[in-house]
Amino acid sequence: MTTLSRRHDFVLIFEVTNGNPNGDPDAGNLPRLDPETNHGLVTDVSLKRKIRNYVELARTGEAGHHIYVQEGSILNEKHRQAYTALRGEGTGKKEAKLNPKDDTEARELRDWMCRNFFDVRTFGAVMSTGINCGQVKGPVQITFANSVEPVLPMEISITRMAATNEAEQKKRAEGAEESDTRTDNRTMGRKHIVPYGLYFAHGFISAKFAERTGFSEADLDLLFEALANMFEHDRSAARGEMTTRKLIAFRHDSALGNAPAHLLFDRVKIGRNVDGEFRAADDAGLGNLRPARKFSDYMISIDREGLPIGVEILELL
Amino acid sequence: MAYGIRLHVWGQHGLFTRPELKVERVSYDVITPSAARGILEAIHWKPAICWVIDSIHVLEPIRFQSIRRNEVGHKAPAGTIKRAVNRGDMQGVQILVDEDRQQRASTVLVGPRYVIEAHFVLTARAEASETEGKHLDIFNRRAAKGQCFHQPCLGAREFAAGFELVPPGAPLPARNAQAETPDLGFGAPRDLGYMLWDIDHAAPGRPSLLFRASLQDGVMEVPQPGSPEVKR
Repeated sequence: MTTLSRRHDFVLIFEVTNGNPNGDPDAGNLPRLDPETNHGLVTDVSLKRKIRNYVELARTGEAGHHIYVQEGSILNEKHRQAYTALRGEGTGKKEAKLNPKDDTEARELRDWMCRNFFDVRTFGAVMSTGINCGQVKGPVQITFANSVEPVLPMEISITRMAATNEAEQKKRAEGAEESDTRTDNRTMGRKHIVPYGLYFAHGFISAKFAERTGFSEADLDLLFEALANMFEHDRSAARGEMTTRKLIAFRHDSALGNAPAHLLFDRVKIGRNVDGEFRAADDAGLGNLRPARKFSDYMISIDREGLPIGVEILELL
Repeated sequence: MAYGIRLHVWGQHGLFTRPELKVERVSYDVITPSAARGILEAIHWKPAICWVIDSIHVLEPIRFQSIRRNEVGHKAPAGTIKRAVNRGDMQGVQILVDEDRQQRASTVLVGPRYVIEAHFVLTARAEASETEGKHLDIFNRRAAKGQCFHQPCLGAREFAAGFELVPPGAPLPARNAQAETPDLGFGAPRDLGYMLWDIDHAAPGRPSLLFRASLQDGVMEVPQPGSPEVKR
């Protein structure tokens, strides 16, 4: 496996329809909002979680593609079984200390983690040790995703034709004079959805950090595959319909890069489609338009003119 | 000071965590010298040189926002990993995020933008043939071309920083006119209290070094290493 030798920067554009892309634990699970602009937010960690889940699904049990930060224990048990079946019960020695003895050992542990775990190799991890070497900085850095335009979350009240427990059922029965068995047991809940939102996130892949963690060209392909497909395997009642709409990567010819990332990102312009015409998303005149409700209400243009020497645009989706 | 550089940095958010408020993180009002050093090192650094921050120009008003996220509660225990390495299988090497969940809020800066003024000095690890000019050239070339070792960030890696070299002699990028308030020390100096200067990585236990930060006309002067203003 050759480690990645070129710097990459990428723009991920995804949409949500009638769903909650990322709930805010501070606001009763309302979709995250930038309070100053009302633009929707999706945190970096939310996106990374989906990448991990995708790799976990797509590469279960493959050597070097384990996931360290896991969700749920059922998949784990599967792994455990697989390993026990393959190698028999482990003969674990009792460890003397919790911390590695010296830098060399810390490095060995770190390298072992990088070799075996895709997410450690990609995003890094912090291992508790007295020595600073136990920290892995991964090559892939992802920012918060922002919606292109302000989003307006809606609160949808829903009902359930059952009560959680007897006490609740009784309370409801007392409240209702004319008892109707259908309404008796009803509980109400709430869902928060964004009717439609187009979000974009920026990502950076440092070839120099890839060198250190052994993040390879094949890992890069897997990362892009994950970014393109991760929402396809993250369906749930809360998410609604989420899809990656565009993935644009800038490949630099060198490890350190050939152009500032912000200038490359500026080449990707997302605006509204007004009768086939591109209008910038911050155009004041857009206020008169009907709110966007589908992907074709937007237009994405990539400026390929005068690209800095040594930079290549990859339109991966 | 002949080898000074100026770098314009900005981002959507910044999080320069106060050491006393790091469970539910609260950012300092202004980028810390150690975070600024980290940005420069992301562009160019060698063991032969050591970046010294001279001053920070604050170009945008100081505003905060709160973001709460699900985080994991523990670091990877080295002991478990060591055992797994010795044993040759991967049983038990993972963190179950659902069972080790902590919800933590971060109070982050909104739209920070700074100019970092800094210079570097050669360290004891520099070879005799090293020249300051070489490193200065490398830094200027990389910064001008947008090259970097890794994309610099404003305190935390999810808050990526854009950067641009301010060439020698060129005027500083304009400050947001709305930022010229007493908040940024216009009129009278504004005391920012004690701020992390840097971490002393050479000393045992890696103690924090602090200094009394203040903003005057939008500029925070940073004391030089070894000066009496740097407190332990």
